[in-house]
Amino acid sequence: MTPAQIVAEVFYSLIGLVFILVGVKALRDPGAQKKETTAAFWFVLAFTFILGNYLPKWITGVCVIALAVLTAINGVRQSANDTPDPKAVRASADKFGYKVFIPALCLALVAVVAATLGGSVPSLSWLTANNAIGVSGVIALLVALILFRAKPAYIVKDGTRLMDNVGPIGILPQLLSALGALFTAAGVGTVIANGVSAIIPEGSKFIACAVYCIAMALFTIIMGNGFAAFSVITVGIGIPFLIAQGANPVVVGALGLTAGYCGTLCTPMAANFNIMPAALLEVKNKYAIIKSQLPVAVIMLVIHILLMYFFAF
Amino acid sequence: MEILKLIGVLIVVIGFALKFDTIATVVVAGVVTGLVAGMTPMAILETLGASFITNRTATLFVLTLPCIGICERFGLKEKAIDFIRSIKNATTGRVILIYQAIRTLAAAFSVRLGGHPQFVRPVVVPMAEGAAMAKYGQIDDNVSDTIRGASAAAENYGNFYAQNCFMGASGTLLIVSTLTSQGLDVTALQIAQWSIPIAVISVLVGAWRNLTLDAKLEKMAKGGTKS
Repeated sequence: MTPAQIVAEVFYSLIGLVFILVGVKALRDPGAQKKETTAAFWFVLAFTFILGNYLPKWITGVCVIALAVLTAINGVRQSANDTPDPKAVRASADKFGYKVFIPALCLALVAVVAATLGGSVPSLSWLTANNAIGVSGVIALLVALILFRAKPAYIVKDGTRLMDNVGPIGILPQLLSALGALFTAAGVGTVIANGVSAIIPEGSKFIACAVYCIAMALFTIIMGNGFAAFSVITVGIGIPFLIAQGANPVVVGALGLTAGYCGTLCTPMAANFNIMPAALLEVKNKYAIIKSQLPVAVIMLVIHILLMYFFAF
Repeated sequence: MEILKLIGVLIVVIGFALKFDTIATVVVAGVVTGLVAGMTPMAILETLGASFITNRTATLFVLTLPCIGICERFGLKEKAIDFIRSIKNATTGRVILIYQAIRTLAAAFSVRLGGHPQFVRPVVVPMAEGAAMAKYGQIDDNVSDTIRGASAAAENYGNFYAQNCFMGASGTLLIVSTLTSQGLDVTALQIAQWSIPIAVISVLVGAWRNLTLDAKLEKMAKGGTKS
């Protein structure tokens, strides 16, 4: 393994450790529901992160199926979290003032600086963009501990609290990327591409941009999830009709996902963004949020198409 | 039958649309696609496992959670609320626009402000409606719905269009891992940088939207158009 890969494996093992701690938290919580299946989910996931790379890959394949079974039977639940006491949080906010934002700023800025250094200094070549994210996570955490004089126990308490809040859905991006790889291996992209080639005239870059962005938005409207749309539409349309024609993959990828979010703004399928908040805000018309968002979504989608056309080629 | 290969896409669409378990839907779509394409069960497990391992990058955001969690414990959200509450004498549209700008910045730095339940409902809506009441006296349900809709929308704009400016955001990592597993050389830093233009533009569009909102409220208050 290269130094970059070794560092990456260390970070994946740390992530695995977080998963293990979430599982242990469930096992130790006397009031937790379905604690065995919950713990099983997090332990199996941790196993794939820590050891999966060194074992035959089919073993991880079996683990992924097991994870799907555990969530399909609704076996993964949140266990009790050490939620901060609102009074203590208020007191701390008054004590530290706007300094509370420093660790969060570090998180973003250290990642950018580290990745830039890694890309330009040969002796730091292990500092890939991915490893830079891990490095920023560790440095910003240290800054927070020093700044707040926080007990190290909070690393575990707050780390597992947030991970548990996110829940199993946190691995969705990873699974969808894996699905995209499987689609490509099975030739799904080629089938979609053959179908779409009927509507995209040979060599028309503008129409290709428009079809990709609109397809991202439409699929997101139907599915309510931009992430899922991204893996399907990018494999089927983005790569064959844009990137293979010389478009910059960075521009296509970055704009592709947010083009999908234009669809999220229009759809009741994205209930947790558009419908549940309407109930929460006690709006009389449950579509009031979508109604407010529609003009913005359309304008933003047009802007996405134009930006992609002008900057990707 | 080439078209049969699309069954995986169909499963994803139906599974998400009908709100089946998300993770199971994706895994079933993958397995069925493999079977239809004539892969052996062993080859499917191998491919699934290998791509799951390669795409662990998409889950790197976990490493940012302990720091964010500790910041929350020490008052991150409270200070954001303090800041927006310190704004005096703003119109409804400006309150919502300022919130959108703050939400955009927060998303770009992966700061969680609590979204609709913890920020929009207790802070933004009372301020935005308060501004309208200060100007027009009582407001009816229609006006209230418009203001609340716009407030909730500002949360979504900021959240959606700016989150990928953060290198460790799950959307950014999804883009990176999807493209790299297709053999394209793309890094999280590049994706984060190329996500900045849309974040900036979204605030500009929000500015247009919310400043015209003030004009619209003026009309509605004068008993003009029904919305």
